[in-house]
Amino acid sequence: MALDKKNNKNHKHARSGSESADSAAQISRPSAIDRVKLARDPRRPQTLDYIERFIDDFFEIHGDRRFGDDPAIVAGIGRFRGRPVALVGHQRGHSTAERIKRNFGRPNPEGYRKAARIYELAERFSLPLITFLDTQGAEPGVGAEERGQAEAIARNLELMARLTVPSIACVIGEGGSGGALALGVANVVLMQENACYSVITPEGCAAILWREATPDKVAEAAEALKLSAHDLLKLGVIDEIVEEPAGGAHRDYEGAAYKLADAIERHLVKLALLSPAALRRHRERKFAAMGKKFLVTKNVAKVSVFN
Amino acid sequence: MAEVVERAATTQAAEMWVKCPECATLAFRKEVERNLNVCLKCGYHFPLTVEQRLAIVADRGTWRQIDSELKASDPLGFVDSKPYWKRLEEARAQTGRNDAIVTGTCEIEHEPIALGVMDFRFMGGSMGVVVGEKVARLFAHARRNRLPVVLFCASGGARMQEGILSLMQMAKTCTAVARYRDLRLPYVAVLCYPTTGGVAASFAMLGDLNLAEPGALIGFAGRRVIEQTTGERLPPRFQRAEFLLEHGMVDAIVPRRKLRSTLANVLRLLKNSPRHDS
Repeated sequence: MALDKKNNKNHKHARSGSESADSAAQISRPSAIDRVKLARDPRRPQTLDYIERFIDDFFEIHGDRRFGDDPAIVAGIGRFRGRPVALVGHQRGHSTAERIKRNFGRPNPEGYRKAARIYELAERFSLPLITFLDTQGAEPGVGAEERGQAEAIARNLELMARLTVPSIACVIGEGGSGGALALGVANVVLMQENACYSVITPEGCAAILWREATPDKVAEAAEALKLSAHDLLKLGVIDEIVEEPAGGAHRDYEGAAYKLADAIERHLVKLALLSPAALRRHRERKFAAMGKKFLVTKNVAKVSVFN
Repeated sequence: MAEVVERAATTQAAEMWVKCPECATLAFRKEVERNLNVCLKCGYHFPLTVEQRLAIVADRGTWRQIDSELKASDPLGFVDSKPYWKRLEEARAQTGRNDAIVTGTCEIEHEPIALGVMDFRFMGGSMGVVVGEKVARLFAHARRNRLPVVLFCASGGARMQEGILSLMQMAKTCTAVARYRDLRLPYVAVLCYPTTGGVAASFAMLGDLNLAEPGALIGFAGRRVIEQTTGERLPPRFQRAEFLLEHGMVDAIVPRRKLRSTLANVLRLLKNSPRHDS
């Protein structure tokens, strides 16, 4: 993705012009906040729906062996198109009862530590790892802080970085902040076309930067955060956008699962060619490069891919 | 004219005196500074500037900065109440540096180390691409030169104005820590006021040893967010260093006057590993 230097220079002048062009295009393209709403839709297929559709012989593990079991994160082992694999994913829940039980997919430290058990299991038994990201973020609670959720997330990032087995992360709903990233340090990051992935929810961002989370400001924040699959592909944060059935994944679970499984398999086949050490290096290089092209060493005013 | 003189006099007075935010004691700034910016009465630790931190930690004349030229751009073209590039320019002008961390090498009681010090004054010490890159490079530099790493963390978390790229710096820094650890070299993180959000949930919490300054605010979620979500009023010392020690999340709270000797001691203890198989 070459940066158009000329465009950068004229950025300020170009903006007012492109804005009117943008609003014309808006008719066909959903706004950022509409995308977020779609990504959050409880009717969208979630981790267990995908596991049910393309994982055979699934065995779910429970508990972190330290404190408890976190229903917001599902973890286990199973068979993906014949091969044994390790699996971790957020589960937000569909019905109100399930959503409450699963804390709306917002993990507590026990969830990350359960995931860590699977990462270690994957490493010891050479199982490829598949993860599903679908959370607004970590649980903002007293207990979560007391039990060290910052440490739990950090540990997962290091553990995932260290793996010498292939890993594939799939952003299937709303990927939010450290709670999502704790499942996201993978060789390949796939993202469904209507999913989003962000450092903070638009609500949180508006509350902090705009000092008020009114619907207008939230919509503005969603736009500014560049959280759609297409934006993330441009930024080099994800590797591939996985198409959804017409109208969105919630319209056709089978179709959505089939497309996602195909993409996973395609990448697993490629990653299988790499040696264990090369797999770790591959992941390391990928994350070392995150944002690097936007660094400035001399007096260049601005570098952006959104001009 | 009289007004000008008066105003000059008040500024001068304000510069000469400091008020402790904890116990409200007024003290001579010079005297507090001589006491390593610790309140003489209640022991409150005033936040330090990077220069003050270096003066306290590093052996005199040993500090060498690396990667100071790295600057952020505005990858998202982010605008809230102000454009991000403007915020960056203001922060640069205010602090005289390019971003929210300085990295380099120095000695502590003659022990050579790689050192990073975060600058809370630069956009709340937030981590964007530059901070992520500099932390990663610091660990790489330490790996190449077989140096221990000491990192003083002071950050509100990820830099929202860089969106998802700031989140990715958490992954990048932890990847660098993982590789560094393989060499069996010690990494000590010192958590200062405040260490929260994406910095707490990445390299800050991954030290072989995690030290904290007295009273430092340390945690992942912000106090306000937790209060709003749970509807609970939180105790005043929630997420403070003492709270973390009690819950087993830091190894020790080290008062500033003992920091240098504590760091030198643990680095010496961890230095002479009998194994050299990596």
